[in-house]
Amino acid sequence: MESARSDDRHSTSPHRPPPVTPRRTTPRRTTDMLDYLVKRLATLVPTLILVSMLIFGLQQLLPGDPAKILAGEEQDPTVVAYLRTKLHLDEPLPMRYAYWAGGVLHGDLGESIRNQQPVLELIVQKLPVTLELALLAFAIALVIGIPAGIVSAIGRGSAWDYAANVFALWGLSTPNFWLGILMILLFSVQLGWLPASGYVSPFEDLRANLAAMIMPAFVLGNAIAAVLMRHTRSAMLQVLSADYVRTARAKGLNERTVVLKHALRNALTPIITLGALELGTLLSGAVLTEQVFTIPGFGKLIVDAVFNRDYSVVQGVVLVTASAYMLLNLLADLAQFAVNPRLRR
Amino acid sequence: MSAVLPSVAAKTLPSDAGPWRRAWRRLQRRRGALVGLACVAMFIVLALFAPWLAPQDPIATSWGAIRHAPSAEHWFGTDEIGRDVFARVVWGTRASLLAGVVSVSISLLLGVPIGLAAGFLGGWVDGVISRVTDAFLACPFLILAIALAAFLGPSLTNAMIAIGVSATPVFVRLTRAQVQGVKVEDYIEAARAVGNPPLRIALRHVLPNVTAPLIVQATLAIASAVIAEASLSFLGLGQQPPAPSWGSMLNTAKNFIDNAPWMAVWPGLAIFLLVLSFNLLGDGLRDALDPRQR
Repeated sequence: MESARSDDRHSTSPHRPPPVTPRRTTPRRTTDMLDYLVKRLATLVPTLILVSMLIFGLQQLLPGDPAKILAGEEQDPTVVAYLRTKLHLDEPLPMRYAYWAGGVLHGDLGESIRNQQPVLELIVQKLPVTLELALLAFAIALVIGIPAGIVSAIGRGSAWDYAANVFALWGLSTPNFWLGILMILLFSVQLGWLPASGYVSPFEDLRANLAAMIMPAFVLGNAIAAVLMRHTRSAMLQVLSADYVRTARAKGLNERTVVLKHALRNALTPIITLGALELGTLLSGAVLTEQVFTIPGFGKLIVDAVFNRDYSVVQGVVLVTASAYMLLNLLADLAQFAVNPRLRR
Repeated sequence: MSAVLPSVAAKTLPSDAGPWRRAWRRLQRRRGALVGLACVAMFIVLALFAPWLAPQDPIATSWGAIRHAPSAEHWFGTDEIGRDVFARVVWGTRASLLAGVVSVSISLLLGVPIGLAAGFLGGWVDGVISRVTDAFLACPFLILAIALAAFLGPSLTNAMIAIGVSATPVFVRLTRAQVQGVKVEDYIEAARAVGNPPLRIALRHVLPNVTAPLIVQATLAIASAVIAEASLSFLGLGQQPPAPSWGSMLNTAKNFIDNAPWMAVWPGLAIFLLVLSFNLLGDGLRDALDPRQR
């Protein structure tokens, strides 16, 4: 244990900060982190305002009178008049945006025309299901993608490397809804091992919940695993040829320590950055996966809203998804800031 | 003497040949890229010659041939209303290829001039364009495409517009980054020094030098657009029935998976092969056109 610490102290890693005493590092690191957070938030807020303008602008794409379209097929004059007042359709566009954005800031994303429920309430109801799916999928992607990338990089040119690359191409080229259908065919129809559709809350029956979620999570995680594998492979190849890895080997450290402690730790920075970009794939993929496996989540909510012409729900879901995506990217940036001392200089 | 010159020319051709010719040579050395190129060519032939290659009417129903398994008469079987799955897969190639090419063309037509303006002009123009691009990129690609397709209305044309617009920010960002790198090169300074106007410099000197990464990105973007179109059609927002589309075929197939699995296998396999082909070709082009490889 002591020798491992000693190795770290003398490591030639370019990602390590110059040696400083821990007492001085911690407050400095916190202040740097806060500065960085403030800077990132300063760029995040205008982007969020532009995103809200973009999403509000979607309504302008509707041909004809939005009140009549939003009122549905029946076009009840009372509903049309109500919507006209509620959406301030008689007022100029900037004022309408100001009213809408003001509502959003107070948590009012509008009301579902289909069931007269506040959009935020609908989203809050569905969000935990999609979050569970996304977390399971990301866990599967990490478990498959990172080890596959490491094995591929260590055995460059070997059969393992070839197999990992074939897996990556398969993952990137397979539409997840097709993979979902094929998995239902194999594991539900042919073998009868797993349920083809539906959702059971983990608080009701954890075993049934996992049985229902394992296939959708694998389908969703498959493409992300492929991307993570490629990022890990390329980051590891770069790091494994660095001088400090050669030094670590020359010191007589075993290969496991060299790969996991010296190489992987430094390769993690680009993996975090590029992996964070895949969070969008995760959110987009959830829409299709939930549709295939009839999971009552966020994705199914937007698809049902599209077919019910429930445009407030569509706008609300896109706004929440974009905000969540931006927040997750911010967290990934902060994680990168925490693991990469060069960013703190 | 005259007999010697051609042979000398032939020997020195690799270094004298233009960058595109050298890139083509490098591409030829990549087996995966050639397989991808051959598959893409095969799909183009399928799309162009669909009436001859699949003579059965892809929308003609036959109540006497409902959900028939693959046979000599129906190679890929029939669907829930007796339509020939082979004919629908072959005709569906048109929708997928068209969606891939048209969507990416829209992205290029919008993204390249905007990215060129941002990168070349810099200043407040770059600031505004970059912030708007960030806003678009904050919305996950397919979610934005679904929202756009929902508001525009379900159809193949609107799906292509939605996919094209949603993919535009990637091209804006790529073009901007490339232009920023190229505009500080000496030959651009020289072009400016001899009195070329900025528009001429941007179009004649900068743009041709940023095309290689754009071609690579466009090829990979076609793969993404094919999947996006199939996804939108799967959700009912793309090609509308009864016109054949791989995505909508899969949407129907999932309801008959227990007694007619062939309905799901072939259209899915077609999407997979087309996307794989473009990915292989894109990867090969990246290796062939990447200046760091030279």
